[in-house]
Amino acid sequence: MNHLQHLENLVNRRTFLSRGGVGVGAAAFTAMLGNTTAAQAEQSQDSLGVVSPLHHAPKAKRVIYLCQAGGPSHLETFDYKPKLTEMSGKPMPESFTKGQPIAQLQNKALNCLGPQRTFKQYGESGQWISDVFPHMSKIADDMCIINSATTDQINHDPAHTLINTGSQISGRPSMGSWITYGLGQEGNNLPGFVVLTSVGGGQNQPIAARQWHSGFLPSRFQGVPFHSSGDPVLYVKRPSGVSIEQQADVINAIGDLNKLRAGISHDPEIATRIAQYELAARMQASVPELMNLSDESKATLDLYGTDGGDGSFASNCLLARRLAERGVRFIHLYHRGWDHHGGVKSGVANTAKLVDQGTAALITDLKQRDMLDDTLVIWGGEFGRTPMAQGDGRDHHIKGFSMWMAGGGIKGGMTYGATDEFGYNAVENPFHIRDLHATMLHLLGIDHERLSVRFQGLDARLTGVEPAHVVKDLLT
Amino acid sequence: MRSIKLAKILKLSRRIASSQWRGVFLGVCLTVCTVASARQVSADEPQNVDFSIAIKPLLSDRCFHCHGPDRNSEDAKENGLRLDIRNEAIQRAIEPGDSANSEILRRIMSDDPDEMMPPPRSTKPRLTKEQVAIFKRWIDEGAEYSEHWSFIPLKRPEYPEVGKASPQMNAVDTFVNRRLKAEGVEPLAEADRRTLIRRLSFDLTGLPPTPGEVDAFITDNDPHAYEKLVDRLLGTQHFGERLAVYWLDVVRYADTNGYHGDNNRHHVPYRDYVIEAFNGNIRFDQFVREQLAGDLLPDATNDQKIASGFNRLNQTTREGGAQPKEYTAIYAADRVRNTSEIFLGLSMGCCQCHDHKYDPLTQRDFYSFAAFFADLQETPVGIQAPVSLLSSSQKRRDDELNKMIAEAQQALAAPSVEIDQAQLQWEASLVESLTDTTWTVLRPTESKSREGALLTVQPDDSILASGENPEKDSYTLKINAEIKDVTALRLEVLPHGSLKARGPGRAEKGNFVLGACQLSVGDKPVAFQRATATYSQDQFPIENLIDDNSTTAWAIYPRIGTSHSAIISFTKPIGDGTMQTITITMPQDFGHHHTIGRFRLAFTTSKDAHAEHAVPQDIAEILAMTAEERSQAQQDQVRKYFRATAPSTAALRKRIDDATREKKVLAQQAQVLISQSMKEPRVVRILGRGNWQDDTGEIVQPAVPVSLGSIPLDGQQRLTRLDMANWLVSPSNPLTARVMVNRLWKLMLGRGLANNLGDFGAQGQPPTHPELLDWLADEFIESGWDIKHMMKLIAISDVYRRSSEATPSLLQRDPDNGLLAQQGRWRLDAEFVRDNALKISGLLSLRIGGSSVRPYQPAGYLANLNFPTRTWMQDAGESQYRRGLYTFWQRTFLHPSLAAFDAPSREECTVQRSVSNTPLQALVLLNDPTFVEAARELARRMITEGGNTDVDRLNFSFREALSREPTSDELLVLTSLVKKHREEFNANSAGASQFGKIGLRPAPLTIDAAELAAWTSAARAILNLHECITRE
Repeated sequence: MNHLQHLENLVNRRTFLSRGGVGVGAAAFTAMLGNTTAAQAEQSQDSLGVVSPLHHAPKAKRVIYLCQAGGPSHLETFDYKPKLTEMSGKPMPESFTKGQPIAQLQNKALNCLGPQRTFKQYGESGQWISDVFPHMSKIADDMCIINSATTDQINHDPAHTLINTGSQISGRPSMGSWITYGLGQEGNNLPGFVVLTSVGGGQNQPIAARQWHSGFLPSRFQGVPFHSSGDPVLYVKRPSGVSIEQQADVINAIGDLNKLRAGISHDPEIATRIAQYELAARMQASVPELMNLSDESKATLDLYGTDGGDGSFASNCLLARRLAERGVRFIHLYHRGWDHHGGVKSGVANTAKLVDQGTAALITDLKQRDMLDDTLVIWGGEFGRTPMAQGDGRDHHIKGFSMWMAGGGIKGGMTYGATDEFGYNAVENPFHIRDLHATMLHLLGIDHERLSVRFQGLDARLTGVEPAHVVKDLLT
Repeated sequence: MRSIKLAKILKLSRRIASSQWRGVFLGVCLTVCTVASARQVSADEPQNVDFSIAIKPLLSDRCFHCHGPDRNSEDAKENGLRLDIRNEAIQRAIEPGDSANSEILRRIMSDDPDEMMPPPRSTKPRLTKEQVAIFKRWIDEGAEYSEHWSFIPLKRPEYPEVGKASPQMNAVDTFVNRRLKAEGVEPLAEADRRTLIRRLSFDLTGLPPTPGEVDAFITDNDPHAYEKLVDRLLGTQHFGERLAVYWLDVVRYADTNGYHGDNNRHHVPYRDYVIEAFNGNIRFDQFVREQLAGDLLPDATNDQKIASGFNRLNQTTREGGAQPKEYTAIYAADRVRNTSEIFLGLSMGCCQCHDHKYDPLTQRDFYSFAAFFADLQETPVGIQAPVSLLSSSQKRRDDELNKMIAEAQQALAAPSVEIDQAQLQWEASLVESLTDTTWTVLRPTESKSREGALLTVQPDDSILASGENPEKDSYTLKINAEIKDVTALRLEVLPHGSLKARGPGRAEKGNFVLGACQLSVGDKPVAFQRATATYSQDQFPIENLIDDNSTTAWAIYPRIGTSHSAIISFTKPIGDGTMQTITITMPQDFGHHHTIGRFRLAFTTSKDAHAEHAVPQDIAEILAMTAEERSQAQQDQVRKYFRATAPSTAALRKRIDDATREKKVLAQQAQVLISQSMKEPRVVRILGRGNWQDDTGEIVQPAVPVSLGSIPLDGQQRLTRLDMANWLVSPSNPLTARVMVNRLWKLMLGRGLANNLGDFGAQGQPPTHPELLDWLADEFIESGWDIKHMMKLIAISDVYRRSSEATPSLLQRDPDNGLLAQQGRWRLDAEFVRDNALKISGLLSLRIGGSSVRPYQPAGYLANLNFPTRTWMQDAGESQYRRGLYTFWQRTFLHPSLAAFDAPSREECTVQRSVSNTPLQALVLLNDPTFVEAARELARRMITEGGNTDVDRLNFSFREALSREPTSDELLVLTSLVKKHREEFNANSAGASQFGKIGLRPAPLTIDAAELAAWTSAARAILNLHECITRE
């Protein structure tokens, strides 16, 4: 191998790991290497990430996750429980609650609270949806409503950490990081994993950066938060007083000087550094272009019910579509406003009003642009709420709650799983959040058991060590 | 040749750019695999295959999941075969000396999906040809097992001699060179002195050398020049900071709780303890003891107690609805997981739910280890209560401050004719204005309570409230009077026996909260100028009365049961002598009965209406007496008061104020979380599958993992944290010393001898130089656990001094540098990226320790926090320019410039940061105000210190930033940048001046804004260079 070829290989191989100081334990990747090699024999689905070729043909290319943070009440949204109306005010049978984890209702009387909203069936599929979602009810036939979701963590912070990383212990990669790591990034002017947040309608539970952290994966797979006010991406704005051209001059000078240095040094990291500055320069143009909604038609803005730029959930939904168009792999929206310990009747309606139209518009918009087929949309919170009353509200609940998926290989117009007549336990087709992870990865062409990285001695996976299932019933 | 190469690199960089976000690790995997296996074949050709190094990792990774130490797993129950124990393995799977008849090899090589191992369902990769060959050889050589390399008791290896390659040859080089020779690899030569001093400065202090230091070293002809430099750097106070940056990652130090609201908590004294400990070169064994059990040491000092704050560094929650029992279990598991990784390099965390799959650690071990911490007082859900404890350095400072205060107070009280004269003059003028001001008491014709309280006018014209005592109220008083040139209103609030606590308010404690005192003459409101009072409660200043906002208010707690007065002067005198109706409204809407119980109103026409508030009421009362009427105590009181306010004593008083303020800060800083034992430790049970609700598990007592030994009880009832700490650092513990020296080695060479710094178990990576690691570990213990000794030993070795400028042939032969034929090269750690720029610019504060600081941070970065919502108040002055390690460590939202350069959140132990190279890093260096301001300061220095020509200035900046002269090509790039921007900023002075305003440090007025801006562009380019942020 001649000198130059060698250097070229070196540059390819060493763009992340610095000389000597190896970042993530290099052995971490041996298992994956083997997996990939094995997979090569069966399939040939190239990807830009470490899972290349893909383990099987994918249905979806990207994910838009509409996280309803705080824990929306399934009993006021998608899980219709007439029996609970009958029982309202009466004690919850102890057979349900005895020995079960409980949050703020610890040591309190446990009485049933009937559904606080009215339900009707919508669409040709006749899905039950409450009156808080007049817009979403129009896309009922696109939605696959899961009424049997379960999780293991009953408080907001650990429940988010669990649903995002598959573990309650801090330091694991979030699902967006896993997916970007596995599949790589389509475009190259924006990060592969973007986070947008909004608030309103209820108590705003905090959300930690750990929810989009890359954990033990390289930090470039971390979610990058976009902001609707100030700099859309941290530090993307050039210093005031400096023109675009002058900023480019500085970046070019840095590039020239780095290239001169590369001419006398064999340090391959310099080449990577040069590339990063070029990408940074492009981001300084591409991010403002992304955030500028002036090219959206009035019809589109009306569809979402926003003029954009206001940090609302609807505006974030519109940005999500724009990000999806630009090849962003995982787009994670958080609406922090679903924690209705009191006043669940009006509270759920208030928060729903802030997310309903944007959500429905996103599905409709993706559909009319032929993007819904390869975009997986997921809507749901970190847990649901108790059938038991907490005053006129409901406490956290993890044994059965609702979420829905649409697009990207998901069967629309169906309801999957069910809770018991109180809406307490998922009794039919329980759908643990691990199953959500496994199914999501499956739709993207990844076998969840084969996307792993060595961490603390284990081949760590998003789905962890407990059994996780790809739920085939949901798939087209 | 060079130009071709450059073109090639440029082409490559474009290609990488287009694929930037994708993974690029596969090459590395390959490399590591081949080095690991090739080494076994070629390096030790004549020797037998080393089980611990070559076979155990394979068995562990591919087999132990089902055939390993976890006897309770489903797989193990199914087949029962264990390959981690030789006796069991040779009965069923391995025929020693006969690979052909060994079932294990047949299974490994089989292509039958029902037979092959690892089975297809495991998703484990199959063994490579080379691996099979080694496996086969090992069986044929007798399939001998040996204990896992890191569990073998330490024995000082023989010290092999391989000739004298250089005068500085030491043990380190002997081991490394032996291996290189065996491999036939020629190591790189020593780096040049410029590189060496930069390397040493970054590695030992985290700071770049000054040009003066570089020149002095380069021209030092002393044969011991290098060693002198090492000693000097080890002796600076920045050595402690540098090691602390690493140690704080390891122990997960942060300034916040981590969970949910991520509220602040105070561990700063622990952080400073760590810095001081490294600077004082504390024995590492003592360092371990003090952190795990400083509180349990005999006659524990405050510093040792502060050190025990280590056990409180775990994340905690205050989330409503969180269950105490669950969080007690979470904290216990956190301590086991982290403590075992921190000191032992073991992943005990795996055993929370089941026995370890790969290492001889059981679930019982996990909970027994957790029991060591069961004595710790803590709050499962809620605020962790700190104790007040001054560290020895804080105590020293506190004593100094006390002395300063005492001296100043003494000086203030000392006899002085001059001051006494001034006092007499002051008294006379005050008495004059007091006598000039007379008050006419107003008797209301109508007094009404909005809420129905009874307001009655008393004989002394005061108004007393009685009857109904509403939560809130508003009084309206009407007075008919002929007034002329009235300048001010006085409101006296008076005590009364009928009021709670004698009033003057009607609240439980005698207080009131008055929102306003509106005055109108006829229907014309009167505008107020100034309000003063005898006393105002904290947060309820008298100015609130006239601020047009009746939700802000005046109150007087705790000075209740006595009279007070408020004086409100008007913007212009009111009244023309005719009869007027005057209305006074007093809203009191604070709630909880905070209304006024008794009060009196008066007017004055004095021009000096506030005179009686010029001094406190008690002083005013004394001044009203003649000198003869006053008692000695009263005389002293006036004297003291005067001296406490007179301009001539201002300097003394400032000294007292400053010292008092600093004492207050110290007292705040002395609030610290430490370890404190409860009499009755919590009961610790084995939790089935880690389930905290399971109360059926066996109760366990404190114990170390059985496979690693045991600690005798020696008559004690129960083992303590101190016993555990002593066990960790006992010379017979095979792990602690190995783990620590491996990490020190990593800090100096960029990779550990065992590459996985956190896992010395079967799934970790065996050391590339096992004997060297053992020798270092033994030397560490023998030297008295002397960290500086070890750092020096490494620093003076040839290995450390080698060039990091790899040759293509070496890169091809050993791309991962496992053979140590060269030095490592890496981007500076996040904190040092900051420190480096600030140091070069001259902005950096070199103060050690103290409160955590808040550098510039983008607005709204903490918007997703709540309970309470958070605003980042950036620091001003020197605190803005402190080293990165003092940045307030907000776990859920670490400062974005640190996070961009891979600083960890410190929620969990981090022994090895990842090193990434991302566009976000470019954006930080380009646009973060910290770096823009640093560039402008460097530009200022280039202009004022660098000389007059462009070239001189650039030479100066290169020496400051890169410790070298620029090349002519580099000069060309930068001079043309400066020239262009000079012209542009000259034409755009608004832009230049805006650019100059970034950051708190004001731009120098003496330098033309356009000139400064143009040089700032050049300085930005330099501070952004790869070379500038790289330790070579």
